[in-house]
Amino acid sequence: MRFAFTDDQLAFRDAVRDLLANECPPAVVRAAWDNADGRSGAVWGALAEMGVLGAGAPEDQGGLGFTLLDLVLITEETGYAALPEPFVEHAVVAVPALPDASAAAAGQQLLTAALGGAPFVPYVASADLLLTEEDDVLVVVSRVGLQIEPESSVDGSRRLGWVEWDAAEPVGDAVALAAAFDRGALGTAAQLIGLSRRMLDLTVDYVKEREQFGVPIGSFQAVKHHLADARIALEFARPLVYRAAWSSAAGDPEASVHVSMAKALASDAATLAAQKALQCHGAMGYSFEYDLHLYMKRAWALAASWGDAAWHRARVGRAIL
Amino acid sequence: MDLRFTEQEDAFRAECRAWLEANVPHGLPSGDTHEGFALHLDWERALFDARFAVVSWPEEFGGRDATPMEWLIFEEEYYRAGGPQRVTQNGIFLLAPTVFDYGTPDQRARILPRMARGDDLWCQGWSEPGAGSDLAGIQSKAARDEAAGGWRLTGQKTWTTRGAFCTHLFGLFRSDPAAERHRGLTYFLVPLDAEGMTVRGFGRLDGDEGFAEVFLDDVFVADDAVLGEVDQGWSVAMATTSVERGLTLRSPGRFLAASDRLVDLYRDAAHVADAADPTLRDAVVRAYIDAEAYRWQTFLTVTRMTDGDNVGSESSMTKIFWSELDVRIHEAALGILGPNAELGDNPWMKGYQFALSGPIYAGTNEIQRNVIAERVLGLPRR
Repeated sequence: MRFAFTDDQLAFRDAVRDLLANECPPAVVRAAWDNADGRSGAVWGALAEMGVLGAGAPEDQGGLGFTLLDLVLITEETGYAALPEPFVEHAVVAVPALPDASAAAAGQQLLTAALGGAPFVPYVASADLLLTEEDDVLVVVSRVGLQIEPESSVDGSRRLGWVEWDAAEPVGDAVALAAAFDRGALGTAAQLIGLSRRMLDLTVDYVKEREQFGVPIGSFQAVKHHLADARIALEFARPLVYRAAWSSAAGDPEASVHVSMAKALASDAATLAAQKALQCHGAMGYSFEYDLHLYMKRAWALAASWGDAAWHRARVGRAIL
Repeated sequence: MDLRFTEQEDAFRAECRAWLEANVPHGLPSGDTHEGFALHLDWERALFDARFAVVSWPEEFGGRDATPMEWLIFEEEYYRAGGPQRVTQNGIFLLAPTVFDYGTPDQRARILPRMARGDDLWCQGWSEPGAGSDLAGIQSKAARDEAAGGWRLTGQKTWTTRGAFCTHLFGLFRSDPAAERHRGLTYFLVPLDAEGMTVRGFGRLDGDEGFAEVFLDDVFVADDAVLGEVDQGWSVAMATTSVERGLTLRSPGRFLAASDRLVDLYRDAAHVADAADPTLRDAVVRAYIDAEAYRWQTFLTVTRMTDGDNVGSESSMTKIFWSELDVRIHEAALGILGPNAELGDNPWMKGYQFALSGPIYAGTNEIQRNVIAERVLGLPRR
């Protein structure tokens, strides 16, 4: 038993972390709320150049042959940055499912996905291909075949759409469909871990600076205990996310249950972090001009998508009870 | 990353499982009573004879040189087999790591094998009437007796778990009367039958005589009763409490077994209308997931420790998590039991009362939250 990432996995994580710290600051996330497509602009191309977008494709398609275990830390960083893109849908769910992902790996095609009965699709108006389900098989629909009704999200950067289509092309059986859904749930769980870290970091910095009664509010026990609780929830959700990534990559027959445990705890950890972060920021956190809400709203949106905590606990319950 | 157990780990698990399944006693009375304690000691000696009492210790002291991962495996198997509480825990889990780190070769040879065999039974002398969460408020004194070559201890310790059944006490005493707070304390190892020592057992919440007050009136101990340096007792003791908060006192195995029992209870009661309540079902699933989370967080932590990382203050998160998980597991069980929860022979109610002590002992969870905020998150102390 050895529960640690390799130096290569950590180095790749660090490279993505640095890129996003430089290229995807809060201003980029905020700008995505108001621009035409809700997306990050140049950041997506930089990620394609680094090989991140197609990393889950085989090498002969321009990918890196990454497993979900190789992708999980990178995905967590896209959560930390609140990257306004369908990163999970593109890089974690769809790229490994396509017969040929070379155009998606190069960043020439944008992919999105909606599985597990998801009622609407993130960034579908920008996407070239939609990976979805029909009669229990995995299918793709090209942009020309889609009728899209735009829908809004609590997270203003997430452009949603209700979709209908006439013709879809099968790309995988029911097993592939189930695996693709689990990748979406786990990728989203990883982003929620990153978002929890970000909200905690923002709040720790704030309560060290903000003074009331002549002292930093972070010196008050009531504030400390809020943030300790958020930190504990993060501490115990994170290993389940990494463990589920290993199980999926290793083909463990229980991987789906492991994914559900991970998504349930990650959703709850992020929801708790958002609430504690807001409370510790006081009215500052309640201000639209302050950045915290960008991360909170992403957390709320992702906690609810790819199966919310209750949905995943119910799936665990069916397995154990 | 490879989350499969190695062949060696699997073989160790198989050996533990086979022996424990054949030998674990069932239905022992509480080890926090006089009669129960004696029966538990018989079990501890059987564990020692099979070299399962202290698997992680070096062989020369009665252990197996087991890796931390193997120790976790032993713990999982111990509680899976329904093994009883370890009445030796305060010695083998709390004092022993400090003796390994700070003891002289003579102290190690004198103390550890007798502790492992259950010949000497150790209780913890930290708390005093005026020093609980604020441990640095210790008043009990150690006065130097140069002529006799030792120390004279005077004061009172309290909330001493199983103190009335033990033979020895490890504790902190103020050796420098001019020093304040955490300075000028010394860590002493004291036999409870020494002249001037009075031990009075008293009842806990659940009625068992698991607590004791210890009165010291000019108790003489020789220099070799000092563990670590004179006046450095605080840092020596903190090494112990950090171990206590973290893994060793309550490893994941105990909660994995408890959540499995909870799942069984729910299944057996599923025909009862109350138990079909979806909130009860959800509470069972939450407890199960949380026990798994503790297990995997521990594997991650143990891998980091093996790689040389210092986990230190993070153990406060572990202590909060297992103690509050234990309360939730028992609350869920009582919910499933419905009106039967109050019945006198219901082990879940007994367990619930014990679970409620978890957020209090080994440093209250309020203190642990301060530690997390200050040492993990870096918030200002005041």
